[in-house]
Amino acid sequence: MSFWSRHQIFEKNSIVLIVGIIPVIAIGGIVEIAPLFYLKSTIEAVEGMRPYTPLELAGRNVYVREGCYLCHSQMVRPLRDEVERYGHYSLAAESMYDHPFQWGSKRTGPDLARVGAKYSDEWHVTHLSNPRAIVPQSVMPSYKFLAETPVSTENVADHLRTNRAVGVPYTDDQITNAVADLKIQADPDNGDTDALLKRYPKSVARNFDGKPGLPTEMDALVAYLQMLGTLVDFKLYNEKANLR
Amino acid sequence: MTKQTDSVKWMTIGESGLTVILAATVFLSIIAAAKAEDAAYAFHVTLAGFASLASVFVILNRYFERGALPPQEIDGRPNYNFGPIKFAAVASVFWGIAGFTVGLLIAMQLAWPDLNFNLPWTSFGRLRPLHTSAVVFAFGGNVLIATSFFVVQKTCRTRLAGDLAPWFVVLGYNFFIVIAGTGYLLGVTQSKEYAEPEWYADLWLTIVWVTYLLVFLMTLVKRKEPHIFVANWFYLAFIITIAVLHLGNNPALPVSVFGSKSYVAWAGVQDAMFQWWYGHNAVGFFLTAGFLAIMYYFIPKRAERPVYSYRLSIVHFWAIIFLYIWAGPHHLHYSALPDWTQTLGMTFSIMLWMPSWGGMINGLMTLSGAWDKLRTDPVLRMLVVSVAFYGMATFEGPLMSIKVVNSLSHYTDWTIGHVHSGALGWVGFVSFGALYCLVPWLWNRKQLYSLKLVEWHFWIATLGIVLYISAMWVSGILQGLMWRAYTSLGFLEYSFIESVEAMHPFYIIRAAGGGLFLIGALIMAWNLWMTVRVGEAEEGALSSPGATLQPAE
Repeated sequence: MSFWSRHQIFEKNSIVLIVGIIPVIAIGGIVEIAPLFYLKSTIEAVEGMRPYTPLELAGRNVYVREGCYLCHSQMVRPLRDEVERYGHYSLAAESMYDHPFQWGSKRTGPDLARVGAKYSDEWHVTHLSNPRAIVPQSVMPSYKFLAETPVSTENVADHLRTNRAVGVPYTDDQITNAVADLKIQADPDNGDTDALLKRYPKSVARNFDGKPGLPTEMDALVAYLQMLGTLVDFKLYNEKANLR
Repeated sequence: MTKQTDSVKWMTIGESGLTVILAATVFLSIIAAAKAEDAAYAFHVTLAGFASLASVFVILNRYFERGALPPQEIDGRPNYNFGPIKFAAVASVFWGIAGFTVGLLIAMQLAWPDLNFNLPWTSFGRLRPLHTSAVVFAFGGNVLIATSFFVVQKTCRTRLAGDLAPWFVVLGYNFFIVIAGTGYLLGVTQSKEYAEPEWYADLWLTIVWVTYLLVFLMTLVKRKEPHIFVANWFYLAFIITIAVLHLGNNPALPVSVFGSKSYVAWAGVQDAMFQWWYGHNAVGFFLTAGFLAIMYYFIPKRAERPVYSYRLSIVHFWAIIFLYIWAGPHHLHYSALPDWTQTLGMTFSIMLWMPSWGGMINGLMTLSGAWDKLRTDPVLRMLVVSVAFYGMATFEGPLMSIKVVNSLSHYTDWTIGHVHSGALGWVGFVSFGALYCLVPWLWNRKQLYSLKLVEWHFWIATLGIVLYISAMWVSGILQGLMWRAYTSLGFLEYSFIESVEAMHPFYIIRAAGGGLFLIGALIMAWNLWMTVRVGEAEEGALSSPGATLQPAE
């Protein structure tokens, strides 16, 4: 009986009850989360990862805004069928600059972690505008309005700066040229894309939506989709060195 | 406190302080609206300005109209504060119906995509967070605030702490819901599931939530009972843990203080872990611990039996709050999260089965000696069936957290079905049961307008749940099996779109189930409305629940 009556200390003093609750609910989170910040094996050593170009970042923000992650995952699991269907399983390193992450939790549509460079720009634009024109059984909403909405060029540099403040290694050079990079990536015929490519290796500059003029949100989203999963060269990836 | 001179009436510190802060907010809102960088932000600060202005008027008006502050006791009996509880109870019914309706719409969108109407603010991606937030935080949250404020007063035999503070909590929380919900439609989201509201809504919620904790805690502190009743342990753990989770998951840096967009502090794998530590414990503490508190008060009350086992309550409480917090990584099985974390999450998820069922047993066995009431009292039946659904969902959960099972179930509709057996069956039914008890007590009515309508609600909603979850079991497992099916020649058998096509009939059945659940809730709304409007008044003031509660001992 004595053991159970000792519990009365919690029942008779609300402050003691709180002091009891806090460590009990805190410990699990601390043990599971804190080591992820200092264990080196958490994020694999890879080559090729770079911050998003301003246009890709704008596209990513459209992806977030429209809730694409609610139906599309970006996390290929190391299972035979997934690797065959989508490509190499996803690495932690591939989302290390993602604020927030977009791994998703549901596949009403297919995984998009490696959708980059799999379809043509035209396919994406048509599919986003009218999914059932290309895939009759699709249940995806139409995103026609993206083609009519220009990307805001006002505070592009601020977006990069904010990302840098939370840990994405944007350089001063990248921040200074943010607006120019944003425009040139969707309109490569009217300027020099070498500088863009130098600042963002493996970036692709194309008129994604096929329309001249300032980049639209369609340009941005397609630019983002086309780069997904293309940065790490898996021919060079050392799987054994990153076993964990 | 009750003695006050007739000639001088002072403003309380709360009245004057809140008036000054709200007036300052009006001023700041005007500046922010003028400098706003996007339309959604401008809309939200304008709303904040108007809400603050209205609050200033209401506070000042109350001050001029009122005599002394309401006394703590009348004739030696606690003068319970029911106003804010009534508001939260009404709000929960309203938001529940709104949330179920949006849920039905998005369920039908998955069956018939034309219902997305080609508009940004009616597309699935924006409506789905509206549905989840409306049912979890707006419906569930208001039920939790209403019941916690009721239970803590009754079991402490004292008036709710604070004068304006309880109103601030209830109105402030519902204002947060309005900001969050309109934000989703306008495309304002952090994209973190169940934590979608942007930085300014998060800051506001933090203020409201800390006030909630203080009101609840101060009421406990001034209690007239020696013991803190078991339901209050659960409410307290729920309030504290939700504060911790909210702060851990949401730190973000806005691009501009005059714009809605922010970037969250965490990235990639750490962000994923933070998110599902939060996400799973939004289930564990918001949708479980909080509603277990409802179980521990309302089932004994309605059955007129004491809680089955005091010792089991103690073990249940500490075990469940300790184990739940570890379970998050089971949302990230086979992902790029390190294996050690996944294994830890799976292990604790399986262990979680035990306290979950311990709690279920404690709830069900409370009916010992009163099982016959299940035949005659549909409200009690609703409460008991909710605990049965709780048992089912908390068996299914650990099963799905096992990695091999998860490799099949993850990313599929099975997860959606699992969530809804908990959400509709457990959270929904225990909330409905609590509202059916609470409304007659709050409005001082002898009984509900119609028990027959409760019967209808119970059976229609139960049928809806059965349709919903069985459709999702079949579609989820079918989906998972189709994705991994190979032909005899070693090729993947199905393209992805074939699995989408195969879902169609099940999406229709699911929508039908959701529709039935909504009809049940509409019946409830009518029944509660008629209870308040035409119900017969209980004789004698303040005599809501008949028997008095014994402290857990």
